Amino acid sequence: MMTKHLTSAIIAGVVIASISGFTFADAAEDKGLAIAQQMKTRDAGWVDMTASMNMVLRNKNGQESVREIRMKVLEVADDGDKSLSIFDRPKDVKGTAFLSFSHTDGADDQWLYLPALKRVKRIASRNKSGPFMGSEFSFEDLASFEIAKYSYKFIKEEACSMGTCFVVEQYPTDKNSGYTKRIVWVDKAEYRMLKTAFYDRKNSLLKTLSAVDYQQYKGKFWRPNAMKMVNHQSKKSTDLTWDSYQFGNGLSAADFNQNTLKRAR
Amino acid sequence: MKKMVYLAISGGLLMQPAMADDVFFEASGKVSTEATIYVHEGQFANQDYRTNFSLAIEPEFYWDWNGQQDSLTFKPFFRKDQRDNARTHADIRELNWVHLNDDWELRTGISSVFWGVTEFQNLVDVINQKDAVEGLDKEHKLGQPMINLSLVKDWGIVDVYVLPGFREQTSAGTNGRLRAGAVVDASTTTYEASNNSKHTDLAVRWAHSFDVYDMGVHWYKGTNRTPLLTAVTSNGQTVLSAHYQAIEQIGLDLQATVDSWLWKGELIHQTNPIEDFWASQLGTEYTFYGIQDSATDLGVLFEYGKDQRGNRANAFMQNDFGVGARLDLNNTQSTSLFAGVIYDLDFHTTSASIAGSQRLGEDRKLSFEAQVFASENSSDPAAIFAKDDYIKLTLDSYF
Repeated sequence: MMTKHLTSAIIAGVVIASISGFTFADAAEDKGLAIAQQMKTRDAGWVDMTASMNMVLRNKNGQESVREIRMKVLEVADDGDKSLSIFDRPKDVKGTAFLSFSHTDGADDQWLYLPALKRVKRIASRNKSGPFMGSEFSFEDLASFEIAKYSYKFIKEEACSMGTCFVVEQYPTDKNSGYTKRIVWVDKAEYRMLKTAFYDRKNSLLKTLSAVDYQQYKGKFWRPNAMKMVNHQSKKSTDLTWDSYQFGNGLSAADFNQNTLKRAR
Repeated sequence: MKKMVYLAISGGLLMQPAMADDVFFEASGKVSTEATIYVHEGQFANQDYRTNFSLAIEPEFYWDWNGQQDSLTFKPFFRKDQRDNARTHADIRELNWVHLNDDWELRTGISSVFWGVTEFQNLVDVINQKDAVEGLDKEHKLGQPMINLSLVKDWGIVDVYVLPGFREQTSAGTNGRLRAGAVVDASTTTYEASNNSKHTDLAVRWAHSFDVYDMGVHWYKGTNRTPLLTAVTSNGQTVLSAHYQAIEQIGLDLQATVDSWLWKGELIHQTNPIEDFWASQLGTEYTFYGIQDSATDLGVLFEYGKDQRGNRANAFMQNDFGVGARLDLNNTQSTSLFAGVIYDLDFHTTSASIAGSQRLGEDRKLSFEAQVFASENSSDPAAIFAKDDYIKLTLDSYF
């Protein structure tokens, strides 16, 4: 039945493009939205990407557990990304793969491949708030950022480690979101997400995400080498390190179907 | 005919240009230690024990080259069982060369294929023989020699299979549990096909996903994987003789994934030398995500299986319904639990099972499975399991 828990454990909207969004109300709302749009625009046109992701999960006693995932992502014009994620660790899920067609409108299409059974399962995609592979990242934390997923409110500008940051509140529009709001710090120069504070359904501070060590790829796209998620309520944390980012691999829609899912390595 | 597959593999491999430096190799696998405790001693001869231990190893060797255009997977399997010589067995689960092209791939060798969408049984899953001694869950299969051409089109994926060589279903031996009073004797096996197990079977499947639907349609012509068992006398002993019919089958599997609901159906129509019949498995599954503001998901499912042949069917769910619940804690150790009950509306038999697993540390997994059979009716085929209630613990170590 490992298969089954994985089903939910993996609904990862995978990927990459990140956790960054922003905005304001009336004026503040317009400004918040404008910042989100600017972030989205600045990050458009990457076409395709491959990367490896390493997660170290820590409980409150400091015990560690490691997750390793490789992913391929294809940017789709006027719709959400297509992604294929391959699980290398822990070893009992090695070979498990996850295919996702995300949509800007409506539910995502998601399939899970279970290598022990050679079975492809179409899975429900509404599990936004569940943990990704037992980590402090939920599926929605890892899903690509889409403007329509939030409403926005600009709060202020303040000094931050990257100079000046916009501080924006984001309110999820999806009723299945695990959050009432996120507060996001975005640097004014390059529109990179530095920090996000997540508030749970009772509007208490739940988690804080920090991104560090941004690098620019293809002279345009900024990606952090590491992200740290701390859960203030459970005292658990997850360190996520990105490795081997590669853009422009010549991927196409043909690399994202049930055949490629079954033979993903 | 089996030779054909080996020739194709070795031929294909030899034709590869000097694979020299760009060959990727990886070895992995698992060792499983298993302990089974039966509540009672068995009801038949040579079943006068209540514990059994077993060890299995399943390594996997993988190579790829030509920029992953070609790959070879070799996955042997071996089990040693404390008591049942028939369960001590070896198999090649996979010895498969895959060659990729732009819109097709060719898979040649020994491999395993899964078709289907439902949980309690998969009527449409016809390619591989079951490795039935591995467990009641029917998830274990014997490697099947095959040549499989897979075409990827905008309108779906078409798979064509040529299946040379047939594998007999494994079954418990004289000292095994979970069997009938008589043991299946392979020397008495008969086939419909004049060339017995050498018959080459054929299959085609079209599968496509659109909107919330995933569907597959298949055609199969060849030897039935499920045997008809009859008691015969061999060397003065009563044994079970397996007869494998020649069949032709068409089938459909369909799943609709709507919000937290999964709607599933499998339907087959089979023609065999005795009769034509329909069988279906229909069901639904609903998942409550994050119950009580925790990370835990609870899924509940219901399925009904119907076989037009009624009581005569050698099917697992001929007029049965099953209900199940699965709990996923979504924690670091991936703790999960599944409980299921199947009720037979013809024989009024109930069987219940509960299974769970969780990771131990980084590289090990502990699973348990408990099964209870409640058969009031001695005419039910399941009555042979009346004394076989058990708990099984398995420790998998991955390398």
